[in-house]
Amino acid sequence: MDEKKAAQIKKLETESAALMQKIREESDIKKKQKLIAEREKKQRKLTAIRNNRILSREAKRDLVAYSFIAPNFIGFAVFTLIPIVFAFVLAFMNWDGSNEITFVGFDNFMKLPSDTFFVAALKNTMIYVVGTVPLTMIASLALAIVLNQKIIARGLFRTVAFFPYVASLVAITAVWSMIFHPSKGPINYLLLTVFGVPQENLPKWFSGSLVLVTLILFSVWKYMGYYMVIYLAGLQGISAELYEAGSLDGANTWQKFKYITWPQLRSTTFFVVVMLTINCFKVYDIAVMLAGGSDGKLSTSATVLVYYIYQNAFNYWDLGYSSAIAMVLFLIVLAVTLVQFRYEKKLEA
Amino acid sequence: MSDMVDNKKYKSKSRNALIGKILVYVILLIITIIMIIPFLWMLSASIKSDREVFMMNPFVWIPEVPKWDNYAKIWTKIPMLKFVENTVLLTIVVTFLQLLTSSFAAYSFAKLEFKHKNGLFLAYIATIAMPWQVYMVPQFIMMRSMGLNDKLMAMICLQAFSAFGVFLMKQFYEGIPSELCEAARIDGMSEYKIYAKIMLPLSKPALSTLTIFTFVSTWNDYLGPLIYLKTESKKTIQLGLKMFIGQYSSEYGLIMAGSVLSLIPVIIVFLCLQKYFVEGVASTGLKG
Repeated sequence: MDEKKAAQIKKLETESAALMQKIREESDIKKKQKLIAEREKKQRKLTAIRNNRILSREAKRDLVAYSFIAPNFIGFAVFTLIPIVFAFVLAFMNWDGSNEITFVGFDNFMKLPSDTFFVAALKNTMIYVVGTVPLTMIASLALAIVLNQKIIARGLFRTVAFFPYVASLVAITAVWSMIFHPSKGPINYLLLTVFGVPQENLPKWFSGSLVLVTLILFSVWKYMGYYMVIYLAGLQGISAELYEAGSLDGANTWQKFKYITWPQLRSTTFFVVVMLTINCFKVYDIAVMLAGGSDGKLSTSATVLVYYIYQNAFNYWDLGYSSAIAMVLFLIVLAVTLVQFRYEKKLEA
Repeated sequence: MSDMVDNKKYKSKSRNALIGKILVYVILLIITIIMIIPFLWMLSASIKSDREVFMMNPFVWIPEVPKWDNYAKIWTKIPMLKFVENTVLLTIVVTFLQLLTSSFAAYSFAKLEFKHKNGLFLAYIATIAMPWQVYMVPQFIMMRSMGLNDKLMAMICLQAFSAFGVFLMKQFYEGIPSELCEAARIDGMSEYKIYAKIMLPLSKPALSTLTIFTFVSTWNDYLGPLIYLKTESKKTIQLGLKMFIGQYSSEYGLIMAGSVLSLIPVIIVFLCLQKYFVEGVASTGLKG
């Protein structure tokens, strides 16, 4: 193989040298140009053959790199990429998971607007997102600013603020349902005895229109510690010199926040808002555990998109319809993310 | 004269600072109370009888006769030991695979040059904003056809290879100077050795951060096990606890004892790794 290659290279080299000689001797411009083109072709062939060896070195380098990626990428491709493609296809199909699969075009999507349960789920999810995102953002930023100062037992406070995020949802929602229990819980007991709210007006935290408020409050409580850590990391990236300069100019605390902290944290805030929005649209377990009762069924007032995806897939086995709802969820998340990216770009410009 | 003015100014400034300090502590105290009360309530209720749990007048944190046997009963009332075993196994395997494969792939993306690098990384990035809930149904159908339905293996496949882990580790590795790798390469170290001997030891903050995230999300996952694990002996602690709450919704003491038990492992892991945590988040570019 190698000998063959060496012979080939040698042959090309002599041919090219002969052409060079001809070019030097040729006086007619047109003919000369033709010869030059011919020689260039030979030269290219030569480098291609030589490159072959370099390429194999490159190939070796690529192989090493791929060997690093492969363990993760194979799992990722099989269990994430393929199902994603499958999900897009399924939204245009009619399938119960075992019988024949049929193409139905946009039928699944056409059914959505007249499906009252879907509309309710969409509306509730939106309300939940609109309530949770700004509240969590403000709470976590405030907490991060407080916990970034030199205070006693700072580490302890940070740990405590992070507890709800770490705590398992089943356990912690069980506590919440007890604390906010409409007839027996301590919150309503306080409202009754301390604030004098009459018995019949005591809020029913887990039903009716109030349930979304409870979900929002719970989410802020559970997730603010997580976003606080992200903000803390952001705050630590702001140079202390900026604040010193601000102090010299006589800026008060609010001015320092407005003109230094907030603008400096812009990319962090952007990240927090994007992540929060995506995570909020995924809401499912919180709703099922707080408002689902003992059988985990959600009524129209508390239903959310993911719950309806789950119902259609695993209770009604209408996989196409379920995937259509999933696509709606995906498109909303995508749109929101793109709008936020756009907005961030505009601010940068 | 000017001294006096300065003095006055200084005094009012220091008084403002003092008020500010007090305000900060008051806010902190309120937040801490809000954060911690549900946990204290959980602990308190876990040693009460069902009648005592909601007794408000008088309300006591520790009952006169603590019912410690709530903690004993929960193991026999439901197959708690089996649930704990399954969850521990699942969480450890997933976290280990996640750390290993993510850091492995991330090293390649951060420090090596190769064909289709950008394209491959784009595949990861594109799915980060894609909620798992969007493709959980086709994923289930696929796993079922692979015979993984009702197997812990399905949960491992589902959670061990995330785009998030690769992204997080890559961000961190990019902060490590490439000169370190170059020098090692000139010394004749293979890429695998550079990864194992140089990069891994340097990435403690990022690995801790990823461990916390993976451990917490796997331990606390509910929807995944709900879809895949049907047999009681396969269930995780979250499913088991939820099932128990559904069946015995008025056994408050027992529910709380089970809840406390389900919290202990995550809290231990978090406390062990938290000193690296803020640093880890900062250096992995998670702050955006």
